[in-house]
Amino acid sequence: MIKAFKPYRQRPVIPLVYAIFVFLPLYWLVIISFMTQDEATSGLSFFPKNPTVNNYLYILTDPGWTLGFVNAAIYSGLNVLLSLAVAIPAAYAFSRYQFLGDKHLFFWFLASRMTPSAVLFLPLIQLYSEVGLMDKVLGVALAHCMFTVPVAVWILEGFFKQIPPEIDETSKIDGRGWISFAVKILIPVAAPGIGVAAFFCFMASWVELILANALTTTEAKPIVAVLFRAGGPLGFVHLPILCAAGVLTIIPGLGLVYFVRHYLATGLSMGRVKRM
Amino acid sequence: MKKRTKNSAFWLVMPASALLAFSFVVPIMAVINYSLHDVFFGNNFIWVGAHWYETVLGSVEFWGTLGRTFLYAIVVIAIEIPLGVWIALHLPRFGRQATFFIMIAAVPLLIPWFIVGLIWKVISDASIGPLGVLASGVTDLYDLNNVITAWMIIVLADVWHWVGLVVLLSYATLVAIPQAYYQAAQIDGASRRAIFFHVELPRLKRVLIIALLLRLIDGLMVYIEPFMITRGGPGKSTTFLSQDLIQTAMKEFDFGEASASALIYMLIMLTLAWALFRIMTASDD
Repeated sequence: MIKAFKPYRQRPVIPLVYAIFVFLPLYWLVIISFMTQDEATSGLSFFPKNPTVNNYLYILTDPGWTLGFVNAAIYSGLNVLLSLAVAIPAAYAFSRYQFLGDKHLFFWFLASRMTPSAVLFLPLIQLYSEVGLMDKVLGVALAHCMFTVPVAVWILEGFFKQIPPEIDETSKIDGRGWISFAVKILIPVAAPGIGVAAFFCFMASWVELILANALTTTEAKPIVAVLFRAGGPLGFVHLPILCAAGVLTIIPGLGLVYFVRHYLATGLSMGRVKRM
Repeated sequence: MKKRTKNSAFWLVMPASALLAFSFVVPIMAVINYSLHDVFFGNNFIWVGAHWYETVLGSVEFWGTLGRTFLYAIVVIAIEIPLGVWIALHLPRFGRQATFFIMIAAVPLLIPWFIVGLIWKVISDASIGPLGVLASGVTDLYDLNNVITAWMIIVLADVWHWVGLVVLLSYATLVAIPQAYYQAAQIDGASRRAIFFHVELPRLKRVLIIALLLRLIDGLMVYIEPFMITRGGPGKSTTFLSQDLIQTAMKEFDFGEASASALIYMLIMLTLAWALFRIMTASDD
């Protein structure tokens, strides 16, 4: 038996240094969130002297802030559902068929991803005010589709291409309708790809600030916008509270990374990335 | 695989197209309309034709901001892509350790951009941040009111934030390379260097174009991180296009001028993206 060749370089120090580089800034965010304002602003410290959870209590008992978390979670979730619902059929069409204008359409999907939110937020405010989507979580979810749908289509198209077309035909011979085919065959087979696409959609929607801030006023304000108002670039209003809120906004991301951890590498490699 | 021609497949693309038409095409039309008018209070339009375009194209400030934005995108790409590939090459390929490092790479991508800005504002602060305290202890040149320091901090923050994307994409590709390729190379007596250039790099090409495209788009759109860390200063040295557009529109209420520069900006980006897209689809065949 040939001894398996280790293709990666045997220098574990590099990944370790990288992990520390990622961790250190987060460590300071976490420790400051357990400090008092005086301690946080008095100088550099490596550990809170008298750890306090008051900052977290302040956030979790103020409906303005907790509502911000709920809003962000709702529109990010809504965005994932909306994006996948329209991206799955579109990606399937792009992966299986040639049709009039398919290449151009694919490029225009990408163009939508490339347009800076700073270009579009003004007309979106006007448009959404006209149709009653202003200050609604649905409005933010729809606006975020502008950059999540193209990415989802792009990722899924790569995945569907990997699925042999024979599956489609067998299903047709079995007498399945297209809904049954999509729900019972296509979606289960492409589950890792759908997981990765959902990850990217959620990520894009959760981290976005410009549109989420511009399209909401009071009811649907997400946490990032609440934070932006409370502690924008003009100064640290109350640094430990901002850091505590920051820690809270990272937790859903951590959870998501944990759930899709096995898909992230295999998922990406099965999809777009593999076809080279 | 050869695809079948079937024009009715267009119906499958309809829902996605309709959604994007609503959230993207309609607003773009409105932007074009704004750019040709002088807008008062958001609803009084006076036709001015190409006036705003002339103003923008003739403005030294616009070209300065555009140049800075491109410089920023180029600098971060030049660092993140080689660094990301290099890190990915050194990651373990199997087991729990591999999963751990993949999660590490993904975490910064899921942090709201505002928080990334906040984190780096704290880290770089000369009185309370570890990096700021350390650096200002070592050298007097560390000063956030100094253009070079400010740039170094925002670039470092961007690398921290985004290098994980390149790591993830490259890692996924490297893992998918069959062992047989490596064994063949080994039997041929190829050096590690030769394996990289002849086995790994050709396979990474496509994914690196994707990474380049995504980083270029987001690098050119960068807004909140530098704004949080440096407020666009010192002077205008870290003011990039998105911040400029938002300021023109919201603070100065020059919808027309903001729209005209937005469209010029978009046109440049689309041209670039189209070129990259062509390179990418060409490498498909």
